[in-house]
Amino acid sequence: MLEIRGLSKSFGGVKATNDVTFDFADGSLTAVIGPNGAGKSTFFNLITGALRPDSGQILLDGVDLAGRSPPEIVRCGIGRAFQVASIFPTLTVQETMLAAVCADQRRAFVLHRRFPLAETRDRAEQVMELLGLADKRNRTAATLSHGDQKLLDIALALVLDPKVLLLDEPTAGMGPEERWRMIGKVRELWEMQKITVVFIEHDMDIVFKIAPMIVVLCYGRILATGTPDAIRNDSAVIEAYLGTEHAGAAA
Amino acid sequence: MTEVQAEPAAEALRAPRVETKSLLSPYRDVLIALTVFAILAALPALSSSKALLDFVIRCAAMGLFATSLNLLVGYTGMISFGHGMFFGLGAYGFGLIMQRTGMPVPLAFAATLATTAVVATIIGSICVRLKEIYFAFVTLAFQMLIHSTILSWSSFTGGDQGLRGGIPRPVFLGIDLSNHVHLYIVSSALLVIGLLAMRQIAQSPFGYTLRMIRDNAMRARFIGIDVWRAKLTIFVLAALFACTGGMVMALFVSGAYPEFAYWTISGEGIFINMLGGVTTFLGPIVGTVLLLLLNDTVTRLTEYYGIVLGIVILFFAIGLKKGLMDFVVEWVAQRRGGAGGRG
Repeated sequence: MLEIRGLSKSFGGVKATNDVTFDFADGSLTAVIGPNGAGKSTFFNLITGALRPDSGQILLDGVDLAGRSPPEIVRCGIGRAFQVASIFPTLTVQETMLAAVCADQRRAFVLHRRFPLAETRDRAEQVMELLGLADKRNRTAATLSHGDQKLLDIALALVLDPKVLLLDEPTAGMGPEERWRMIGKVRELWEMQKITVVFIEHDMDIVFKIAPMIVVLCYGRILATGTPDAIRNDSAVIEAYLGTEHAGAAA
Repeated sequence: MTEVQAEPAAEALRAPRVETKSLLSPYRDVLIALTVFAILAALPALSSSKALLDFVIRCAAMGLFATSLNLLVGYTGMISFGHGMFFGLGAYGFGLIMQRTGMPVPLAFAATLATTAVVATIIGSICVRLKEIYFAFVTLAFQMLIHSTILSWSSFTGGDQGLRGGIPRPVFLGIDLSNHVHLYIVSSALLVIGLLAMRQIAQSPFGYTLRMIRDNAMRARFIGIDVWRAKLTIFVLAALFACTGGMVMALFVSGAYPEFAYWTISGEGIFINMLGGVTTFLGPIVGTVLLLLLNDTVTRLTEYYGIVLGIVILFFAIGLKKGLMDFVVEWVAQRRGGAGGRG
């Protein structure tokens, strides 16, 4: 279980994350929503070690990860994908996967053998199949479509076999149809892999349809948490967020 | 942007590509290395030209140095402007050990490498945390520090006169390095072994870790790679090969001069990499041969050597924006059919 306890982070006078406490149950699928600047990405950056929290705890199965470096946190089992696909442009899809498995198996510093290592193949193959990248294995990452680059980014996190997978806007920059395909994929991964998935999403239709649990952030604080129905009817949420943006944007 | 095997034609070959490559390529590299060594070793028997053998020895010294620089620049994306300090360290270290202790050559060789490893670890642990331009400048600063130390500590290093009086070379294992042909064979062997070792580094899992760091160091951290440690490791490894190049040079000129540790050596290394191209493993070797040929012909024709070299640099940097080997690779890829695979 991933437990966040009193997590806070300020930039100058701005409290980007303000005393956030929440438990992500094992195997849960949670959407994090909130208006622009609500501190969603900061929240992810704190959990993954990209930012050091000012105070608070990040407990993964009881072990506090607050203040540790990204590589350490990744090795503890928290993987992440980025809002803008963060990949290795000159490597092919297959090389990317094989090299990531190497890193996961603590073989990133092996000098006396040739890449790729036989023991990394199965895992790389598995994840490429899972994300539908297998037939693009020899494509250089930079030449992939936007959607495939996002998938490759997720594959990079997934290949490490994380306990918790954080997806920062998996549908960012996608057209309406592609969005649904992508989020369908995310939900499928969650169902098949039995891991804890937390994702940030702007599209309310997607959130209400896909996520069994929703966390609403606003000005760095948790405004509300609950099921889609509870959130939909929460007056504070409607006022702060849905009342202004959603009424016009979605039907 | 790296290495030869990124053929666009690979799309058609599908999955087995990786399989066959991994089975064959280590042996293929060894085979190529042995063939090249055999040809180089046969050269003295075929040609009596001392100048030709000298040329190969110089190529060995500079080629080892430039290829090791490419491990940093091309594979890891660390642009070092001070890599020449390890070339100088190799030349001075080996020369001093031989002059002062007279220990057997292989032992002095190992001792110089060990010393360089220690120095590179210290300098590297300060430099590799720095980003691009700061890394470049601080490595340059350390180079100047070592150069000034050599100049001012004249009782030990000979100052601006360099390490003179020749380097003693006791015979070991029947090899007499004061014999020109013996020196030539040993230099060729060091070149071939050094290249083979660097090729192994480039094609190992660690080599791919380096490529990931070059492409996107932040992402590499988020898949659990200790980027700092990887950078330090390759910094020290590259220093060892540069040091080997310096030792070959010291043996060739039978001494060591402050120029070997001056920043222009680093500049020459960068220039060689630009000439040959950093996207292929052999680019720097091609660049070395080009530069030395250019050097020898131009100095014979005109005293304005610098102007000609400057124009060539500008031509490659601004006009072509690529090294020679990059063109060869593109040309081969195009002949195999299909457009370039790298966008």
